[in-house]
Amino acid sequence: MTTLSGTQASEQSPTATGEVLVDVKNIKMYFPVSSGMLFQRSTAYIKAVDDISFAVHRGETLGLVGESGCGKTTTGRCILQLYRPTAGQIFFEGQELTELSSRQLRSMRRRMQVIFQDPYSSLNPRMTAGNIIGEPLVVHRMVSNKAEYREKVADLLQNVGLNPYMADRFPHEFSGGQRQRIGVARALSVSPNFIVADEPVSALDVSIQAQIINLLEDLQERFNLTYLFIAHDLSVVRHISDRVGVMYLGHIVELAGRNDIYRDPAHPYTKALLSAVPIPDPIADSKRERVLLTGEVPSPLNPPSGCVFHPRCPVATDECSQVLPELRQVRPDHWAACIRTEGSGPV
Amino acid sequence: MVTLLDVKDLKTYFFTYEGVVKAVDGISYELEQGETLGLVGESGCGKSVSALSLMRLIPDPPGKILNGEVLFEGEDILKIEMDDMRRIRGGKMSMVFQEPMTSLNPVLTIEKQLTETLQLHKGMSREESRKESVNLLARVGIPDPDKRVKQYPHQFSGGMRQRVMIAMALSCNPRLIIADEPTTALDVTIQAQILELMKSLTTEFGVALIVITHNLGVVARYADRVNIMYAGKIIERGSAMEIYSNPRHPYTVGLLRSVPRLDQPRRARLDPIEGQPPDLINLPPGCSFRERCRWAIDKCATEPPELMQVNDGHVSACWVPEELGTEAVLSGVSAEPSSNGDGT
Repeated sequence: MTTLSGTQASEQSPTATGEVLVDVKNIKMYFPVSSGMLFQRSTAYIKAVDDISFAVHRGETLGLVGESGCGKTTTGRCILQLYRPTAGQIFFEGQELTELSSRQLRSMRRRMQVIFQDPYSSLNPRMTAGNIIGEPLVVHRMVSNKAEYREKVADLLQNVGLNPYMADRFPHEFSGGQRQRIGVARALSVSPNFIVADEPVSALDVSIQAQIINLLEDLQERFNLTYLFIAHDLSVVRHISDRVGVMYLGHIVELAGRNDIYRDPAHPYTKALLSAVPIPDPIADSKRERVLLTGEVPSPLNPPSGCVFHPRCPVATDECSQVLPELRQVRPDHWAACIRTEGSGPV
Repeated sequence: MVTLLDVKDLKTYFFTYEGVVKAVDGISYELEQGETLGLVGESGCGKSVSALSLMRLIPDPPGKILNGEVLFEGEDILKIEMDDMRRIRGGKMSMVFQEPMTSLNPVLTIEKQLTETLQLHKGMSREESRKESVNLLARVGIPDPDKRVKQYPHQFSGGMRQRVMIAMALSCNPRLIIADEPTTALDVTIQAQILELMKSLTTEFGVALIVITHNLGVVARYADRVNIMYAGKIIERGSAMEIYSNPRHPYTVGLLRSVPRLDQPRRARLDPIEGQPPDLINLPPGCSFRERCRWAIDKCATEPPELMQVNDGHVSACWVPEELGTEAVLSGVSAEPSSNGDGT
């Protein structure tokens, strides 16, 4: 299966060009659910990620959206090798990761980092901000003495808009937004090329979200970073991403440039997702088309046959319950996994 | 026809070791029958505390409703006996909370929780209340209600639990439902379902709704009128149309500017409100938003602004509302923080 790296630069929508930094090929992540009291054996699997492939190009921000349980966080963790995928391969800067030992991975880890969602649980409450940020420097032997360490930590704090004297404070002395800045500084400490940002602003108030988003964008430009931005807030994802992938129940159902996906969604789930987001403008909002989905998201223990979205899909046909659609190109640089979408134009 | 809810100068303070937290510092508003009011603000602004105050659910100590009147159907419910309040709470006035798992009793079946309310407030027999609870679940769109009614909360998903909460809130035909961040913990598509459900049920039965949220989009879609809260006070109030098209408080403008919008061309940069909300124990003198405000003038440091009329039905607590409005929202990053005294 070829990787989905668009090669044509489009004026209207930024598409992926340039060097591929992360190449995900057919990964699956199945979590066994064991049952039985005496003999713990796996009777079923949660198919959190079920055969997905995509590429992330150097310097771009790839957004990954979807609702809870769609597999987006699991995907991020697989890339970072925080989970070892059940199947498939992950290439980082050309190096395949799934076969590496922990020791071999350690040097790779310097180049790929993570920012977590919850600024309250992702910082060790017993470490000062300075130590939280500086620990990676020590682990990866990036500083040779205490003075150098302090200087680097001070720099990192300033880069994220915090005052260096805050290095001696503990997490509980900071606000949510400030803690998230510490998380960002920690991720940056080892000068990575690639950062998985897993819902980095979801836990923050609206006005603070904007501050952190701006910070992430500034840092990206300054340090030529590549982001995988995982979120469920479509408005935020559209703002920060170059390309966006939409996930549902372990599958990527659509992948396109940010403007294309919002202006001209090809997959019925994407359309429903977009219409569910209310816009802060009563008049504009009332003019939009509403697609209301019925029912709940099915369990990944027992996903529906064929297209996993078919039970809730407003335009599903019989064939949809039998055939698992492949992600195919439906418009220039625009991919969707739906047999009901024609070559171009909506269903 | 009397106004359904008339809140007059409500003050709820929390008396803690560190000082007095002025969580709600004198708010007033009215709500008509069948109206949907959006109560908007970020964490710590006092919106949840104000709702709990209406229901007299504030823990005392450390909290205390110090001042004010809450006239519900003409009667001041802050002054009535607790027994009478219990009759109103869950009956004529009910609440849907944010976290459905912690609001539903995990060791009781859904049936038990629903029938309890029905027997208590509507005086139904056990048999009647059982039938009615199945009806209620069906009404909120839960499939196989006769089976599900016998289940426990942990057997329901988040969206389903929230529907159960709504069923409970509706069960005694209330005149008013207060929904405190009813969908924040839910996925976007489920959120849309739940909000549509609440809106249609309130329209169908003429129930007034107070939706408390920090989500500006939700309010735009579902509210008739909006109260924007900051640091314990209502700083702007008006119809939803008016607030979104003609915001006249710097905080409102700031919120609208900092939110990326799906329907507009992507801006190069978001425009956040710099700084953080003030410490409610040590509120600054004058306007509590002044330190984060681009339009502040000298007066703002010493005289806290009252809510003043912008136009019919629209009030704002700001000394320079004329500087604001849609242009202020659209002008983007170009506005510099005001440094001289005349607001220019």
